[in-house]
Amino acid sequence: MRILCNGEAREIASGIRVTDYLDQLGLDALSVVVECDGKILTREEYGSHALQDGAVLELIRFVGGG
Amino acid sequence: MALMVNEKEVPFHAGMTLADLVSVQGGDVDILLVNGYPATVQTALFDGDQCWLWRRGKVPSADEMQHLLYARHSPGVQACLQGKVVGIMGLGGLGSVVAIALARMGIGSLLLADYDVVEPTNLNRQQYFVDQIGQKKTTALHDILQRVNPHVSVTTIDRRLAEDDIGAVFKDVHALVECFDEPAMKAAGLRAALHHLPGVFYVGASGLAGYGENNAIRTRRLYPGIYIVGDEVSAAAPGQGLMAARVGIAAHHQANQVVRLLLGAENEAE
Repeated sequence: MRILCNGEAREIASGIRVTDYLDQLGLDALSVVVECDGKILTREEYGSHALQDGAVLELIRFVGGG
Repeated sequence: MALMVNEKEVPFHAGMTLADLVSVQGGDVDILLVNGYPATVQTALFDGDQCWLWRRGKVPSADEMQHLLYARHSPGVQACLQGKVVGIMGLGGLGSVVAIALARMGIGSLLLADYDVVEPTNLNRQQYFVDQIGQKKTTALHDILQRVNPHVSVTTIDRRLAEDDIGAVFKDVHALVECFDEPAMKAAGLRAALHHLPGVFYVGASGLAGYGENNAIRTRRLYPGIYIVGDEVSAAAPGQGLMAARVGIAAHHQANQVVRLLLGAENEAE
């Protein structure tokens, strides 16, 4: 199935959960804010929310330093 | 015909000297400046001169400080900033710089949160002094801000913040600045703001380590009233430490963005 991730079309496995998708991208889930179809996910939803075909995902990734 | 004396207009008469102004001030001054240069009581004055008369060590009253800021920033701008409350999460290289900039600009109130103490390794970029090593950052920064502008109301929160309580702690601020060090807390801060602080302006930061290009540091709008500052890639890591100049660039982006938002720039094209 296809999703739009930060404006780019991506082919992903059907029904994959957000936390596993972030893992595939090599991202530490703790350092990413996830918006899925216009909704900001809570930390708990990362593990429960399964991506649907056509989902529009925005990932805001943070790096350390302050 | 007029002089400016301590940023206030005073009528000018031909033949005036600084002695005339000193006597008006009750003679209790020992710093005399005319147009930015040291002067004496005998110094002759001319129409339009800018004069400063001050007693060494005197702390400006709230009224005097307000007048200085009004003169520098324009009354509309200053009246707005003076009525605002800004929260800062994390008082390291970003937060200490943001707090000082906002205090200098005469923001009304600051709500400052950090759990850490000043360590020698902080001094390469954070605004603390050698004699503050070992102090709580909240206490140390409060003391610095008192010296910068004693009329800013400062409240400190001396504990580690968590995603679950950020909304409650900062519910009354007009703007919240995320200055955390850890990426997980940066993400937590943004999530908390998006979920629990509707209507609060938010300026986070990510990617400011090292000595990379100045102009790679940018201010990006994520959502209405919600911004992120940094190059978004330069993580603090071995070989790429946090350095005063680039952290300072990012911190001042944050402080200026807060000011812009408080003054209504959100409606302009970003």
